Amino acid sequence: MEPFISEPTAKTPSVRFDANAGIFEIKGRSIPENSVEFYKPILDWLEKYKENPLSKTEVNIRLEYFNTSSSKCILDVFKKLEAIHKAKNEVQINWYYEEDDEDMLEAGEDYESIIRVPFKMIEITD
Amino acid sequence: MGFDIESYLSEQKNGEVILYYKGNIDSDVINHVLDTVEDKLVSLNEQARLRKKVYNVLVESLQNLYHHVDKVPEDFEDQSAEKFGLLMIKKLDDGYKIITGNFIRKENIEKLEEKIKRINRSSQEEIKELYKFILNHQRITNKGGGGLGLVDIARKTGNKLEYHFKEYNKEHSFFYLNILVNDTEK
Repeated sequence: MEPFISEPTAKTPSVRFDANAGIFEIKGRSIPENSVEFYKPILDWLEKYKENPLSKTEVNIRLEYFNTSSSKCILDVFKKLEAIHKAKNEVQINWYYEEDDEDMLEAGEDYESIIRVPFKMIEITD
Repeated sequence: MGFDIESYLSEQKNGEVILYYKGNIDSDVINHVLDTVEDKLVSLNEQARLRKKVYNVLVESLQNLYHHVDKVPEDFEDQSAEKFGLLMIKKLDDGYKIITGNFIRKENIEKLEEKIKRINRSSQEEIKELYKFILNHQRITNKGGGGLGLVDIARKTGNKLEYHFKEYNKEHSFFYLNILVNDTEK
């Protein structure tokens, strides 16, 4: 399966989902006005990956900012991952947040409380 | 004396204006405002915590305008703007004020005011639960908004949402949202 790759812009994150390595990453800013348009192809790709996933998928979320309309789309991404996990595949979501960014940590904890997939909160210190 | 949308702003005496904009709120304007303010916050040596809060609140307030403003009244001076909005950012001693303004049709006031009042009478813990509930149960509307913007602003700032409606004519009012972003420990 071809990887899903989207280069970052001022308002959208870099997205790299590698189906062969089982490593997915969303990184940067996700603040588009129309988040549904941006996330639709990612969700479609995940729908296909879901049919034949690797036994282990690791997902790295390294967001600097995201807006509330992206927050719903990110939840939809996690729901696809939850379905993969539910079908007895290992899925791990690593939620990165910068030191002192309690808001980003809390956002990760919100998802962790909604989605039944193992989350790991990772503080970035520099 | 005509209707003066700026009189409310001049009543806000505190702080120093770092950005003022009125006109059409489109995607490019939002980009430009965000870039300008981000640079400004860095040049003012603000702590990362406060910088991020201001940036987040600014994104939500601009996108609230982008998604939700009602059309300008037909007799309003600026007819060129499809989505007319007003934005003022002020630096205070202990944080920032983000003030937005937009036209609202009178029949839409009640719903908006009810939403703000609900947020304002909620504790921080209740706001957090409300955010999670809306996140998990409400679909994105065809306007593109998630219905989470105001809740998110209240959650991130920890402050009550100050607001004001000013009558424009029989059908329209002008809505001001006056947000304080300061660096308080939750």
